[in-house]
Amino acid sequence: MAKFKRVKRGEAEIPTASLPDIVFLLMIFFLISTSMNPDKGLGLTLPPPGEQVKVAQENILNIYINAAGRVLLKDKEVNVPEISRIIKEELEKNPKLIVSLKTDLDAKYEDMIKVLDQLKLADAPRISLAAPEF
Amino acid sequence: MKFKQKATASSKIPMCSMADITFLLIIFFMSVTVFRRYQGLRVEMPVAKSTKKIEGRRSITYIWIDANHRLNIDDVMVNLGEVGPVIKTKLEKNPAIIVSIRADKRVKYHYVAEVMEELKKVNALRVNFGTLTERMAGGG
Repeated sequence: MAKFKRVKRGEAEIPTASLPDIVFLLMIFFLISTSMNPDKGLGLTLPPPGEQVKVAQENILNIYINAAGRVLLKDKEVNVPEISRIIKEELEKNPKLIVSLKTDLDAKYEDMIKVLDQLKLADAPRISLAAPEF
Repeated sequence: MKFKQKATASSKIPMCSMADITFLLIIFFMSVTVFRRYQGLRVEMPVAKSTKKIEGRRSITYIWIDANHRLNIDDVMVNLGEVGPVIKTKLEKNPAIIVSIRADKRVKYHYVAEVMEELKKVNALRVNFGTLTERMAGGG
């Protein structure tokens, strides 16, 4: 009777020597594709349409920007870098203050952002962009 | 007197944990990566000191307004009248959308205000004005 040869099993090993290389390759891919330049900006929440809330007049601070980029705050013309300081002082006097920013339709977007930036610097909690009349 | 020979420490760096370390790094980069999906228009965004990172980067919709007053939402050119419907369909898919307005600093406020009016109409109330930090503007 023929003897059955026992089948020799090859050892089942996964070669792991190149694992670090593979992993490094993946890492380099993700390193390159990561944009470390995240999206940035000034956040704002718009009011829902058609909502009219009556606010006491003394809680509103109006800021106007005209077409030439000049800023009127409390009926006085001010320089843009001073706005944050003034707003901070006003906020200390009245924490419920709502800043209403009214921009001339012909004003440059940049001027409006500059003023909005100043308001954000002063940590104004409530900013309203007054709806322009078209 | 005989001097003892100093035992030289083995100068091998242990490589066993290398794969683990790199895996850890990979997982970090994988979780941080958000692929840039949109090309947009060429705009020179204004500079603002209080520029902040947008929270919820994965649900941002971009509206570009370039210096020639062309409008573009997520790489599709649109007219002003189409802004509302396009954003509305996006909001239906994802109600947590943040609209990032990336307008050129030279455009008149008029155009931005009109876009914002359209956004208000469809209840897209979380907006963000795309700005650069001073460092980013100086470097780029």
